[in-house]
Amino acid sequence: MRTAVVVIGAGHAGLAMSRCLTGRSIDHVVLERGEVANSWRTERWDSLRLLTPNWQSRLPGYRYDGNDPDGYRTMPETVEYIARYAEAIGAPVRTRTTVTSVRRTDGGYVVVTDQGEWRCRAVVIASGACNVASVPALAAAVPASIATSTPLGYRNPDQLADGGVLVVGAAATGVQLADEIHRSGRPVTLAVGEHVRVPRLYRGRDIQWWMDAAGVLDLRYDEADDLARARNLPSLQLAGYPDRRTVDLNALTSIGVKLVGRLAGVRDGKAQFSGSLRNQAALADLKMNRLLAAIDEWAARTGLDGAVAPPERFAPTAIEASPPLSLDLARGEIRTIVWATGFRPDYSWLDVPVLDRKGRIRHDGGVVDSPGMYLMGAQFMRRRKSALIDGAGDDARELAAHLASYLDGRRIEARAQRETLGGQNLRPAAAAL
Amino acid sequence: MTAVAEKQVDNGVNVAALLGAREALTAAPEAAKFNWRASCSWVNGTHSRTSVKGFFGLGQEQSHRSEFTFDVDHPEIFASEDHGATPVELVLTGLAGCLTAGVAAIAQLRNIQLKSVKATLEGSMDIQGILGVDSDVRNGFDGIKVKFDIDADASREEIEALVAQSQKRSAVFDIVTNPTNVTVAVN
Ligand SMILES: Cc1cc2nc3c(=O)[nH]c(=O)nc-3n(C[C@H](O)[C@H](O)[C@H](O)COP(=O)(O)OP(=O)(O)OC[C@H]3O[C@@H](n4cnc5c(N)ncnc54)[C@H](O)[C@@H]3O)c2cc1C
Repeated sequence: MRTAVVVIGAGHAGLAMSRCLTGRSIDHVVLERGEVANSWRTERWDSLRLLTPNWQSRLPGYRYDGNDPDGYRTMPETVEYIARYAEAIGAPVRTRTTVTSVRRTDGGYVVVTDQGEWRCRAVVIASGACNVASVPALAAAVPASIATSTPLGYRNPDQLADGGVLVVGAAATGVQLADEIHRSGRPVTLAVGEHVRVPRLYRGRDIQWWMDAAGVLDLRYDEADDLARARNLPSLQLAGYPDRRTVDLNALTSIGVKLVGRLAGVRDGKAQFSGSLRNQAALADLKMNRLLAAIDEWAARTGLDGAVAPPERFAPTAIEASPPLSLDLARGEIRTIVWATGFRPDYSWLDVPVLDRKGRIRHDGGVVDSPGMYLMGAQFMRRRKSALIDGAGDDARELAAHLASYLDGRRIEARAQRETLGGQNLRPAAAAL
Repeated sequence: MTAVAEKQVDNGVNVAALLGAREALTAAPEAAKFNWRASCSWVNGTHSRTSVKGFFGLGQEQSHRSEFTFDVDHPEIFASEDHGATPVELVLTGLAGCLTAGVAAIAQLRNIQLKSVKATLEGSMDIQGILGVDSDVRNGFDGIKVKFDIDADASREEIEALVAQSQKRSAVFDIVTNPTNVTVAVN
């Protein structure tokens, strides 16, 4: 089978690209191993709600039109939202089609699937950035008596044995699972490394509203001071609880979650925690305050001060005087470890030499280091918001333009897009995270 | 460049070289593998002398400009002759040196002029551990406190951020806060 472009993956990112290709009358298919929005259907825990408000899921030609713009979608609602998008844009999706190999040929690519082969000139990799749960190597030393779980397999606390749970990692996933598991009556110890603290609401508005309005989420990859670092930043400690509560470390200790440092080793059946917890908390408090100061400054400059509540600052993260440095895993106090230590993509099917030594795709703002190959949905790919539902639109529009020129035989530089395609001047607040 | 005059900040740190090294090592990660060495000879009693000179890095043998030696001993209340600092004081020295260097480098990077930086360190220890009096007491420090007094052209928040970032990037801070495999063999 032949087409101009194969898009791999029918999540919101692949669909946004499909819509932009359709808009340019570029012939393409979207190959999806499961159903549209497969990740949201099959890889998320039961209670999860988006941590971005309903309004913040704008996709090319599609937006939320319900009556609860500030609410947070449940998983079924998220699946429905994305499935309706696929229908609305008439995306040429082939479901139940798993890509098993992508190879280069003269002038294009061969995409092999379990439903036959496609030949095309360009490929868009939109297969998701979170296919695999990253688990640190030290997990191998965890005693066999301890059950382990990852966010991709975890569904609800009832799956876990009664008794204590060590949640490793304090990004969005870790703090949400710590909160839910502890409230289920299983005492949680949370191992905390680098993390990003933000309040859910600031001056009466959602923090995502502020970051969107002040341009924080629009910071471009070629404007970031330290892109490698920005791309590795853990997700914000946020949850989409209907009561809009904050889920930072202080909120967790207030319900009884115990904080320990980063899990640094497992030796002789003992978990060892870093003595750096206090500094990790200090770094996160400082970073949050810089963000809030930038927001305040932006609010003052744009004349918003009268319209919103006055500036506020939050209590520093409370850390006990001497947090424990080790925990005997054989003592029975901990029955389960949940690895909330991040996710990574799976490119095992990609037979084009575009991976760096850490297994990441080499790309310049989504223009992959192989002619006619593009990426979507990677962390901070073209802007800070690139991995969010709300970030796919701008990226898809720009990359579709690049792709169209490529098909036309014109070569353009990824960075040159900036002048022509909606590049904005850096707003001061943008660099605050 | 814009017409706005850049303020001249000089903390004696060659940031361009550091950033250059970072870029070069990202491209050639093998060169980033270093090996630090020390050799120690017993003198007498609890007195020993450790010297450092050669190390390995950037793909080849390297050397300090000259050999540095450190006398290590214990004070007289331990019935020793006090020819030098105790080993644990040298650990504090390492931590202080590492954090202070970090503060200077990060200040330079962030365009902050330092006027003075003073760190005071305290490591508390219950010596029942090393004496084997109580096996529940650990040998090492039960805690380390570092206090920085920094005079710089910067706000309190900026100074706190310098100190926090220097901990984040510090080798010795990492060494003392995280477990390390130590292999000791006899030739
Ligand atoms: C726990 C969690 C919570 C998140 N919460 C939010 C949030 O609140 N708000 C927000 O904006 N973002 C959130 N995100 C980030 C992001 O929106 C999601 O990760 C989203 O699923 C990414 O969309 P995507 O289209 O890039 O990838 P995916 O949704 O993962 O879609 C990729 C698709 O490709 C398919 N696929 C993969 N490999 C193959 C193959 N070999 N052959 C064929 N098909 C293949 C998959 O089945 C999948 O359907 C969250 C992410 C996670 C992990």
